[in-house]
Amino acid sequence: MKSIYESWGKYPTPEYQQVINYSWINEAPDLATVIGNVLPFGLGRSYGDSCLNSNGTLVDCSGLNKFISVDWDKGVLRAEAGVSLDEILKLIVPKGFFLAVTPGTKFVTLGGAIANDVHGKNHHKMGTFGCHVNCFELLRSTNERLICSNSENQELFRATIGGLGLTGIITWAEIKLFRIDSSMIDAEFVKFDCLNDFFEINDFANLTNDFTVSWIDCTSTGTRSGRGIYSSGNFAKSGPKYANTKHSIDFPFKSSFINELSVNLFNVLYYQKQFDKKLNSLIHYEPFFYPLDAVGKWNNAYGKNGFIQYQFVLPFNNGKEALKEILTRINHSGLSSFLTVLKTFGNIKSPGMLSFPRPGITLAIDFRMTGKRTLDFLTSLDDIVKEHRGVIYPAKDSRMSGSDFMHFYPEVKEFSKYIDPKFSSSFWRRVNN
Amino acid sequence: MKLVVIGGTSAIAVATIKQFAKKDLEVLLVDINFNRLESVKNDIFVATGVLPSIFEWEISNINMQEQLFEKIIQDFGNFDVAFIAYGTLPNQEDILNKPNEIQKQLSINFISAATLSSIFAEYFEKRNSGILAVITSVAGDRGRKSNYIYGSAKGGLSIFLQGLRNRLSGTGVTIITIKPGLVDSPMTADIPKNPLFSSSEIVGKHIFNAIEKKKDIAYVPGFWRIVMFIVMHIPEAIFKKMNL
Ligand SMILES: Cc1cc2nc3c(=O)[nH]c(=O)nc-3n(C[C@H](O)[C@H](O)[C@H](O)COP(=O)(O)OP(=O)(O)OC[C@H]3O[C@@H](n4cnc5c(N)ncnc54)[C@H](O)[C@@H]3O)c2cc1C
Ligand SMILES: NC(=O)c1ccc[n+]([C@@H]2O[C@H](COP(=O)([O-])OP(=O)(O)OC[C@H]3O[C@@H](n4cnc5c(N)ncnc54)[C@H](OP(=O)(O)O)[C@@H]3O)[C@@H](O)[C@H]2O)c1
Repeated sequence: MKSIYESWGKYPTPEYQQVINYSWINEAPDLATVIGNVLPFGLGRSYGDSCLNSNGTLVDCSGLNKFISVDWDKGVLRAEAGVSLDEILKLIVPKGFFLAVTPGTKFVTLGGAIANDVHGKNHHKMGTFGCHVNCFELLRSTNERLICSNSENQELFRATIGGLGLTGIITWAEIKLFRIDSSMIDAEFVKFDCLNDFFEINDFANLTNDFTVSWIDCTSTGTRSGRGIYSSGNFAKSGPKYANTKHSIDFPFKSSFINELSVNLFNVLYYQKQFDKKLNSLIHYEPFFYPLDAVGKWNNAYGKNGFIQYQFVLPFNNGKEALKEILTRINHSGLSSFLTVLKTFGNIKSPGMLSFPRPGITLAIDFRMTGKRTLDFLTSLDDIVKEHRGVIYPAKDSRMSGSDFMHFYPEVKEFSKYIDPKFSSSFWRRVNN
Repeated sequence: MKLVVIGGTSAIAVATIKQFAKKDLEVLLVDINFNRLESVKNDIFVATGVLPSIFEWEISNINMQEQLFEKIIQDFGNFDVAFIAYGTLPNQEDILNKPNEIQKQLSINFISAATLSSIFAEYFEKRNSGILAVITSVAGDRGRKSNYIYGSAKGGLSIFLQGLRNRLSGTGVTIITIKPGLVDSPMTADIPKNPLFSSSEIVGKHIFNAIEKKKDIAYVPGFWRIVMFIVMHIPEAIFKKMNL
């Protein structure tokens, strides 16, 4: 049992939640006898309330942490759903493999990664996490265990990928791995002075790089508005293969919590004259993919009121103009953190019914939770997102309205057929209210 | 090296075995639940490439321990290290006034582990070599109101091992008492975690080191030696009033 069951953003604070530990795969709790509804819980790295079940029961699956089988020739791993991506990397990197898709933290479970159909810096090349799942077992509240794949229980397979934990408990999953020749990334960091430059660099970089992302400084105004750093890279063609096993230091022992790598890069590229425009560097994948993991519990930096991460995707078509407007508003609001993450999604389609990623421009921004002021401001951004046919990411959401959710995800109608009637979440009740 | 683990599905044991598996290893896991043994076997195989053998056995049944030993020798052969890791942590409040339950806890955590230790010690003594490592607990260092039933069993086991070590010193046999502090494992699943908790992985590394270095008494992780030194030096007049 963890000490507290909350989401990464610490907003909203759930009411009492009963917790059941599920640790041995063959000894599942009898869900049918639980009073009220249930929701699986991984490592609580979702920012909003999709991993919470206020006044209900959470089934903590993080004890389902065993590997089941591996085929190093084919690059296929089968593991219980509570295994973390961190554990997987420690196993596979020395063998010359990586995750086909990874989010910006390795402290998420396999089950959680599927339930939110997470994306990474290589969406333009590899699509979402769900694109690399061969099959999994789904435990329903009837105690039935169903193998789901592209050829068996296809509908449940598609509903569960990005299904927000509502279709049942994933007990194990089998994923395809990605071959690497080194654990080092051949990275390039380029500064850009405005959004137009970003798009110019991006069009080219996406062709030649597996991984692309950028940070933009949303505190600067006027001519500096939209400036940022474009980061891109590929795994090096040769070199050592090791997973980083260093332990992180918990906040508040280290004061700078925001993405150290990016802040440092800002300092170097913008303030030190000897670097002109770009920096090439061979770095371990750890700081490249997981800069925030270097400081544990950095979410505490936002205090007890927590924060909201707002992430949306806008279609390429006239998304640029909407993005500019959103950035200007954010800038004037003074509510957001220094850096925000900007990237583009490609057009690889996920099997997931409710998946968030789709072709377009995606921005993720942290907002301190200051109450009504923050909430009202975000509602005003929702309007722009809607107007430009964008959508918001449920994994990070704690406040979008039910009608907006239905508007963003018309697939909900189809999806609802596959929800396990015993399952619900704080998020689900909120958007269905 | 050949290793026999009694309580082979314990999280701490599994973490320790993964450390041993970095070297040449043959391992036998003995525990009470077959399905769990199967899960753990696969996990260790994927993680390390070492495929453990498994036995399902009622390990804490004293009447069947000699038979277990014979079966180990018969099926697995002679071995170098025996590691006893099983144990149960009762919710003390639930059993305070239940003599049968108290007896059961003392029997599993103290008596059955002591009798099994004797069997392994005798075997190693005859061969004049071998390592017996047994997990007790820091809870056995001083009786506390919240878990003195479990604590006294582990404390009794620690003293038993101490005597055994004394008796066998000067022979080729090593007896190691392992005293973990608070460990995040299924045993403590229902206890909310605080910063004193260590992961099974960390504890496994420390146990591996202790066995490699043939330590006598290993607090794992090491800071518990200091914590327990302090705890043991609080005068009883004060200690008895404390809320620990
Ligand atoms: C620093 C940081 C960076 C991040 N970067 C990214 C990113 O780049 N891209 C991205 O997409 N996301 C990102 N995220 C979000 C994170 O990847 C997702 O929220 C992820 O799903 C969290 O997984 P978890 O194991 O912590 O699950 P939880 O947050 O505990 O749960 C998430 C959902 O999964 C369900 N679930 C959990 N286990 C199971 C199971 N066994 N069976 C069925 N359902 C289950 C839950 O019910 C819930 O709906 C980031 C988060 C953080 C904190
Ligand atoms: N966790 C801690 O904080 C902590 C602290 C100090 C000492 N310890 C000691 O460390 C050892 C390993 O514990 P752990 O933390 O790894 O916990 P664990 O994973 O729960 O392991 C407990 C082991 O004991 C076995 N067991 C349970 N009931 C039994 C019985 N009646 N007879 C025989 N075996 C039984 C279990 O087998 P099944 O899984 O099949 O039930 C399991 O292998 C134990 O001796 C424990 O007392 C733990």
